[in-house]
Amino acid sequence: MMKSILVGIDDSDPSKRAAEFAAAVARSQNAKLLVVYVIQWTPFAFNTLEENESRHKRHEEEIETASLKVLTPILNNLSKYGTNIEGFVRHGRPAELLTHIADERNISQIVIGRTGASGLKDIMFGSVASKMVQRSSVPITVVP
Amino acid sequence: MKKRQKWFGWLLGIICLILVLAVPAYSKDKKKEYSSSQGWVQGIEIPTPGYRTWVKGLKPPEAKPIEEKTGIDAIVEKFMTPINDVLYNGVFYSIPFFGAKLKLVIAWLIVGSLFCTFYFRFVNLRGFTQAIRLVRGDYSNPNSDEAGEVSHFQALATALSGTVGVGNIGAIPILIMIGGPGALFWMMVAGFIGMSSKFVECTLGVMYRNNNPDGTVSGGPMYAMVKGFAELGRPKLGKFLSYFFAISLVIGCMGAGNMFQSNQAVMQFVNITGGANSYFASRGWIFGLVMAAIVGMVILGGIKGIAKLTEKLVPFMALFYLTGALVVLAAHANRIPEAVISIFTNAFSPEGISGGFIGIMIIGFQRAVFSNEAGIGTAAIAHSAVKTDEPITEGLVSLLEPFIDTIVICTITGLVILTTVYGDPSITGLTGVSLTSEAMSRTIPWVPIPLAVAVLLFAFSTIVSWSYYGLKGWTYIFGESNASSFTYKAVYCFFIIVGCSIPLTSVMDFSDAMVFLMTIPNILCIYFLAPVVKKELNSYWARIKSGEIKNYRQLRKRKRNTR
Repeated sequence: MMKSILVGIDDSDPSKRAAEFAAAVARSQNAKLLVVYVIQWTPFAFNTLEENESRHKRHEEEIETASLKVLTPILNNLSKYGTNIEGFVRHGRPAELLTHIADERNISQIVIGRTGASGLKDIMFGSVASKMVQRSSVPITVVP
Repeated sequence: MKKRQKWFGWLLGIICLILVLAVPAYSKDKKKEYSSSQGWVQGIEIPTPGYRTWVKGLKPPEAKPIEEKTGIDAIVEKFMTPINDVLYNGVFYSIPFFGAKLKLVIAWLIVGSLFCTFYFRFVNLRGFTQAIRLVRGDYSNPNSDEAGEVSHFQALATALSGTVGVGNIGAIPILIMIGGPGALFWMMVAGFIGMSSKFVECTLGVMYRNNNPDGTVSGGPMYAMVKGFAELGRPKLGKFLSYFFAISLVIGCMGAGNMFQSNQAVMQFVNITGGANSYFASRGWIFGLVMAAIVGMVILGGIKGIAKLTEKLVPFMALFYLTGALVVLAAHANRIPEAVISIFTNAFSPEGISGGFIGIMIIGFQRAVFSNEAGIGTAAIAHSAVKTDEPITEGLVSLLEPFIDTIVICTITGLVILTTVYGDPSITGLTGVSLTSEAMSRTIPWVPIPLAVAVLLFAFSTIVSWSYYGLKGWTYIFGESNASSFTYKAVYCFFIIVGCSIPLTSVMDFSDAMVFLMTIPNILCIYFLAPVVKKELNSYWARIKSGEIKNYRQLRKRKRNTR
């Protein structure tokens, strides 16, 4: 079976480097690359009725902007590596979701950037990277 | 089997409609009845025009300044009285029932809820753990398109914040004062069977909702009526019922969701600012103006920040209230067994209430319905925003609502009253929220002010929620144009001021009647469409058992263990 490598991205510079790094690794190992952008979202929030009503619409819009502004440029940039690349956008809590995808899709290793886009929040609550290092069942490479 | 159910539904519907229409003929006799020797102690009848409002905790009847009617009040009264006589007496038409008076609409609701409970073989018990698993997110795949849509938890929380209101704190002491501790038992029973009817109405709401071209969703009983009845080959009946429902929804929201809540809020505000000596005691309209301005900013001005903030604060306020109540209960732990025993013994042999246990049963049921909205159909509007391929899941989640609202929160309030101030002669003159406030402040002296804040917030969030429900009914009738929504919202804000400035008597009765009128089409709809829901439910259970629907939490656990 073909190996797969997962890279989690957002619109920060480290995550662009992480994506490049992961693509290089994937090429050298002849592996498939999975590029995932996670939009922060939790199922346990309190919303108003109007928010709920138009949630589906917003959901689509968020995915569209994320793939247009972040995912597609990165995918275009990675196409020079010539590996098999798949990319998608999901909602969820990044650390949990990425480890879940890794388990579900039999990923052999995960690559992520060290600091994400949300600076202050990460300092206060611990970054996605450190959370994933604790959770993950496969090797993780953290790209500075 | 199917035929018999249809027949059953038809029969009940026709009987009810006939009674509603035939009432003017009876109303003369009924008037005579009020003035006869039957006092309110006999439990269930209406002794004075103020009774209804008293039950709902607005003011005790003796405090009602009937003579000094203001200009607005007089006009409203004059306008409402004839309509009200017909509607109120019709909807609340009561028949003698083992020495008590059984209000027909209450009976209609009880029968409907019992039908749901038995027809779905105690889905309220069978589905309970499954509902908790669903809310916890066990069955939602994090790696799917479903993530990012409205989750089960979010839908439940939103629906609950419209349901948990002033009534949970303020109406329970009054319930106990009228019906004794035993009424709490029947309220719990009503909450329990209400879980089943809520399950059915919310499943239907999701099943038949509209996915609008602009990506939003709209759902609720009216859509279930139109689409569901069309499937059954009765499009005309469906259309009639849906408009019937929508009209009573619009008017009911103005009253029960708006004027009642704002009136409660102003009462509490006057209480903490000095009671009868308060500057605001006779100037409720100032408070109403402020309240209307804030609500107007939210629903008319589109300032969503305030609504979002309340939505986030309300759960914490509810938690704060529950914690406070539990602290009070812990301090009076020695009296809890006594209180619990009194709830059960009084339920069947009430003291001093000559309506007998059926009398307090009816009071308890009525309280529960007002509190958890089961059978009324509003919650289905809130729940239908969930994006799911399995409407049953949303129905199951919604059955937690009457449980949390009635069986948990209302019961805790009841226990607080019973363990602290019940039977204490020094509390005369206090009713509603102020009684609960007094009960709690004996253990935690600083409670009244945060409690007042909580009550204001509950009232505000309920007003905003019901404006949404009412708007859904309005746009269903008049279409989704901006002008029509604006008209509705402006009228809605105006009624907040009205609700704050007048002592509500007939207006309140009228809107109560409208709220209960909603149960007629809604429960009829449940009878007709119950087989559809049953089919879905059976298929859902089968797929859960076979493992076709995956429990992701279990999968994760298993994976972690095998590693």
